[in-house]
Amino acid sequence: MTTVPAPRVARDARRHPGVGTVYAWELRKLRAQKRTYIGLGAAALVPLIFVIALLSSSGGPDEIPFGRYVKQTGLAVPLVGLLFSSVWLFPLIAALVAGDIVSSEDNHGTLKTILTRSTERWQIFVAKLLAALSYVFAALVVFVGVGLVLGGACWGLDPLTSLSGTQIPAGRGMLLIGASALAYLIPLIAIAAIAFLLSTVTHNSAAAVVGTLILSFMMQLLAIISGLDFMAPYLLSEQFDSWQGLLRDPTDWAPITHAAWVSACYAVPAVLWAFLAFVRRDVAG
Amino acid sequence: MSTTQPAVQARGLVKRYGRITAVDEVDLTVKAGDVYGYLGPNGAGKTTTLRMMLGLITPDAGSVQLFGRDPLVEGVRALDGVAGFVEAPRFYPYLTGRRNLELVAALDGGDAATRIDAVLDTVELADRARDKVGGYSHGMRQRLGLAGALLRDPRLLILDEPATGLDPAGMRDMRRLIRRLADEGITVLLSSHLMAEVEELCDRVVIIASGRVRYEGALDDLIATTAGRYELRTTDDERAHQIAAAQRGIDDLARDAPGLTFAAGEGAAAALSIALGEAGVGITALVPRTATLEELFFRMTEEAPAPDAAPELVAEEVRA
Repeated sequence: MTTVPAPRVARDARRHPGVGTVYAWELRKLRAQKRTYIGLGAAALVPLIFVIALLSSSGGPDEIPFGRYVKQTGLAVPLVGLLFSSVWLFPLIAALVAGDIVSSEDNHGTLKTILTRSTERWQIFVAKLLAALSYVFAALVVFVGVGLVLGGACWGLDPLTSLSGTQIPAGRGMLLIGASALAYLIPLIAIAAIAFLLSTVTHNSAAAVVGTLILSFMMQLLAIISGLDFMAPYLLSEQFDSWQGLLRDPTDWAPITHAAWVSACYAVPAVLWAFLAFVRRDVAG
Repeated sequence: MSTTQPAVQARGLVKRYGRITAVDEVDLTVKAGDVYGYLGPNGAGKTTTLRMMLGLITPDAGSVQLFGRDPLVEGVRALDGVAGFVEAPRFYPYLTGRRNLELVAALDGGDAATRIDAVLDTVELADRARDKVGGYSHGMRQRLGLAGALLRDPRLLILDEPATGLDPAGMRDMRRLIRRLADEGITVLLSSHLMAEVEELCDRVVIIASGRVRYEGALDDLIATTAGRYELRTTDDERAHQIAAAQRGIDDLARDAPGLTFAAGEGAAAALSIALGEAGVGITALVPRTATLEELFFRMTEEAPAPDAAPELVAEEVRA
């Protein structure tokens, strides 16, 4: 080892970084990990497979909303995709990163590395949570974007027929698709928050990812049991269709408002629990 | 931060994991400018203490202050001017060495990032800085850990067995580097298993066993406590042992093949030599002997009651 740089007198008031700096580094870390691209790749691949399947068959998914219009306008493609993807794709994508983002620090033993710098624990927590949510949002954008581009390329961007039977011009249709994706994001944030909590308290990525998926599938199962109908409005899995209210004429905000508060009932306690666990925990590994 | 404050002051530190007391009422003071050795067998509570100093774990009782600041009260601001690592330094294996340093520099704020090239040169990792850490050897990771610590421009370096896993040349280089940093005014708290390393580098030490402090103070004072010991070799050690045992002023007598060891003042040692001569026992050697740090370490730590279990292992289990 060679010459040591002469140490200077340490400053009493070091300029401490803000959450933005930590958040930017969380995104860089995500960019450097393979699992990031697995999730984003799946978000791009599923609409591609869907379009190929539509091209290779004579019919379409007529029984679901917008299914009958899927070969009339590319605007219907991402909407039908959203309906299919709430079952497993997006819970999986959300769990893949949100369920790993804290526990991977435990797995690599790097929590002690970052917690002994000049960044407070709450800043790291907030940055990680924001990074996980950003990833979920990015995956949704990729999914909708690829669906729209492929649908538009195959069937054009003709006006969309709303769920009320009225015609929606292409420009407004695209805005509504964007708004629908944001509405879809609401329960997805709650799923990500649950994955984040499991990641924080289990310190184990596999347990957090699988635990989130089991919880998600369990809610879907509960929703289809006829004797438990009373529970359905309060299950996260049932909130993924709230965006359909935007595609009625006039707009029906009730399902979106309902989805927002139901999702908050899951997300807020999960985030608070994760926060307390993270800032209070002993880092012994 | 006041420079008159001790670099580290721990008072009554306690950490329990269930029924196991990993750290039990530990008091220690590291003065600014010290190179302070922290010694203890595996599971003695060394790493747990260091974790409490760095705010990674919360003590059940007691407090620790770094330059007068308590990490539990002031959070990471108490770590200004403090750097180091506990156990093996860990980095993101999927990032390069340089990227890892950029990351920790960003988390440090200030102008830490401007020192990256310099610290990479210091630890001789500049030519491997663009390789992913996943491909680094243990020694390279140790050096990267030290580079990460130096980025903080520290006044206090807390190093947990920094030479562990290094080859002999790496250990020598690490010792030289620590010595040089100390000579340049950085206070060093060095946890180590390597007695020669501690004897070479440290001026003050704490010895801990079963979570309790057995000795804290100057290394020279510790060695001096063993002055007055003698090593005796004779033509008939058995007979010499009997005579010595009966002689006034001879303490702590032990057979130490070949020969005997004992503690005595100069007068008692002289009287013993006369008594041996009168008994026809020839003295082949009678030499004053001071214990090595290693001997003192074993004496202090093996006298300690056996721990119920290795606390750091218990900590790992609790964490798991």
